[in-house]
Amino acid sequence: MQRLKSTMTLLGLGLLAASTLSAADPAPTQVGFVYVSPVGDAGWTFQHDQGRKEMEKALAGKVTTKFVENVPEGADAERVIRQLITGGAKIVFTTSFGYMNPTEKVASAFPDKFFFHATGYKTAKNMGIYNARFYEGRYLCGVIAGKMTKSHIAGYVAAFPIPEVLQGINAFTEGMRSVDPKAEVRVIWVNSWFDPGKEREAALTLISQGADMVTHHTDSTAVVQAAEEKHKENANLYSFSYHSDMSKYGPSSCLTGATHLWGDFYTRTVKEVLAGTWKGTNVWGGMKDGMIKLAPLNAAVPDAVKKDVVKLENEIKEGKRHPFAGPVVAQDGKELVPKGRNMTDAELGAMNYYVKGVASTLPKN
Amino acid sequence: MELGLVSAVLFATIVAGTPLILTALGELVTEKSGVLNLGAEGIMSVGAVAAFAVTLNTGSPLLGILAGMVAGMAMSALFGFAALTLQANQVASGLALSIFGVGLSAFVGKPYESQTLSSVPPFKIPLLSKLPVLGHALFEQQALVYFSWVMLAAVAWFLYRTRWGLVLRAVGETPVAAHAIGYNVLRIRYLAAIFGGAMAGIGGAFLSVFYTPLWVEGMVAGRGWISLALVVFATWRPLRVMFGAYLFGGAMITQMFVQGSGLRLDIPAQFLSSLPYLATVVVLVLISRNRSTIRLNSPASLGQPFMPDA
Repeated sequence: MQRLKSTMTLLGLGLLAASTLSAADPAPTQVGFVYVSPVGDAGWTFQHDQGRKEMEKALAGKVTTKFVENVPEGADAERVIRQLITGGAKIVFTTSFGYMNPTEKVASAFPDKFFFHATGYKTAKNMGIYNARFYEGRYLCGVIAGKMTKSHIAGYVAAFPIPEVLQGINAFTEGMRSVDPKAEVRVIWVNSWFDPGKEREAALTLISQGADMVTHHTDSTAVVQAAEEKHKENANLYSFSYHSDMSKYGPSSCLTGATHLWGDFYTRTVKEVLAGTWKGTNVWGGMKDGMIKLAPLNAAVPDAVKKDVVKLENEIKEGKRHPFAGPVVAQDGKELVPKGRNMTDAELGAMNYYVKGVASTLPKN
Repeated sequence: MELGLVSAVLFATIVAGTPLILTALGELVTEKSGVLNLGAEGIMSVGAVAAFAVTLNTGSPLLGILAGMVAGMAMSALFGFAALTLQANQVASGLALSIFGVGLSAFVGKPYESQTLSSVPPFKIPLLSKLPVLGHALFEQQALVYFSWVMLAAVAWFLYRTRWGLVLRAVGETPVAAHAIGYNVLRIRYLAAIFGGAMAGIGGAFLSVFYTPLWVEGMVAGRGWISLALVVFATWRPLRVMFGAYLFGGAMITQMFVQGSGLRLDIPAQFLSSLPYLATVVVLVLISRNRSTIRLNSPASLGQPFMPDA
């Protein structure tokens, strides 16, 4: 009993010390992140986690961060978001499309906390949305593919036919055909964001059917690796990575990749919330904002092509070139955007078709 | 259809089916002894990460396979301890093992996520690999593919042509009778479960060292569960397990070739993607629809604990 008492006293002292400490120094704000897949070493979630780390470093002392990885989209996500909030988080970033409704629900339950949802479209007083113009990077990859291809066939391993993925496929196609009008893009849907085995099989299938430029909108490095292997048999077989720079998985065959950089956005947003100046977020940032960037180009890309790409990149940044500048023609030949104007953001967000030059049939929802 | 394409489809089908065959054969033997181990997904994950780590550090895929096998055996021994020695519910223990294995592999595998292996060259069988069409598809495969065929023959021979196979099946049918005539039911069940773990570990090793030479969390992607389902739909018959695995792999590869051909087909890709599952279930149900053969082949005491003292 005596012993218990003394332990209690010690504990009390400790608590007291802790509370005085926090009184002297305002407690850092906790920022929570919800990830859809494991952080891993490359890919969608990895890029978000890099952003989290950058933000934490930039705001050192003012914030602490916490993340939960591999959270399924749907009901489970709501539980995780709630737990982050009740665990002390003031700001939560949810980084996958399927978290939209759970985020909205929790946001309405905690009006004094702040929520940010990636790639969705629902906002609230305390809920902002953010996204990146991935298609700008895709367009440039397409241009390089068009310059490098010999078979005039590109292969595209894709996850689900949602607007964001279709923007990528269509922008890649537009880019490729802007320099190689004969080119066609073939798509295999694997109906999974993450299944290295399936992604690899899809890539090998496309390669065996004549594609010499392959890319992917899935989460693993399998496509880049498959291309690297087959590069030994066909020296003109190249790949383009997505999300992250995956050149170490395809040192001789991965030409570049469209990468996402979230760090600046996270830092800026959290700063605004901390300062009380936040007025709602609806960010759709592109190359101009530094949210999309091409990974360093492979040495296999000829200098002339490199120059073109740099030029195009600058044009995109300056707003002089839009990957979906009219005329944009659908697969069936219908004109979607007339010559003389660019596709609007609303039109981009509702994309549910292939443009001309994509060879496959679009699965219907 | 050109012959090159047939060969390519066939080749990819066999590769895709191999991890399923390896794992399902092991599970079949386990279940034949009356033990239901639902942990295949977890065992494959642990096998995959163990094989990857050892191959990366030693440069020897063979040692990698051995590591995967040993890891699988350890995992299933753990299951045996819970479900056989402690008589815990087999379904619950198996599910727990699955969750545990997937989590453990993610934890142990963290430092390996950024690493890659160079791909292992296929093992060409002289002369046979020169055959037109079939040569490339059947005889220019990874060594583990041939191993899966050897194991198929070995399991079928063991179960139906040897005395110990008969004993194992007896333990799965009526453990009480087997016990009464002096067989150590628990030991036999342990051995069967450990064999199952070894095979699932090798199946995992195939994924991380040969199929996609990398390790990432979640890379088994449900193949353990598919293997479990295959055993049931194949009504516990080894040859049908292989048939089902290739059917599954074949349907998956074929739908990809259809999509990648650039043909304009008015079939939703989601339907094409679900085709492997549908085709496998439908076909295996059709060929196994005879009730009496199901009863004949399914182990009567599957999933039921046995207490030697009772």
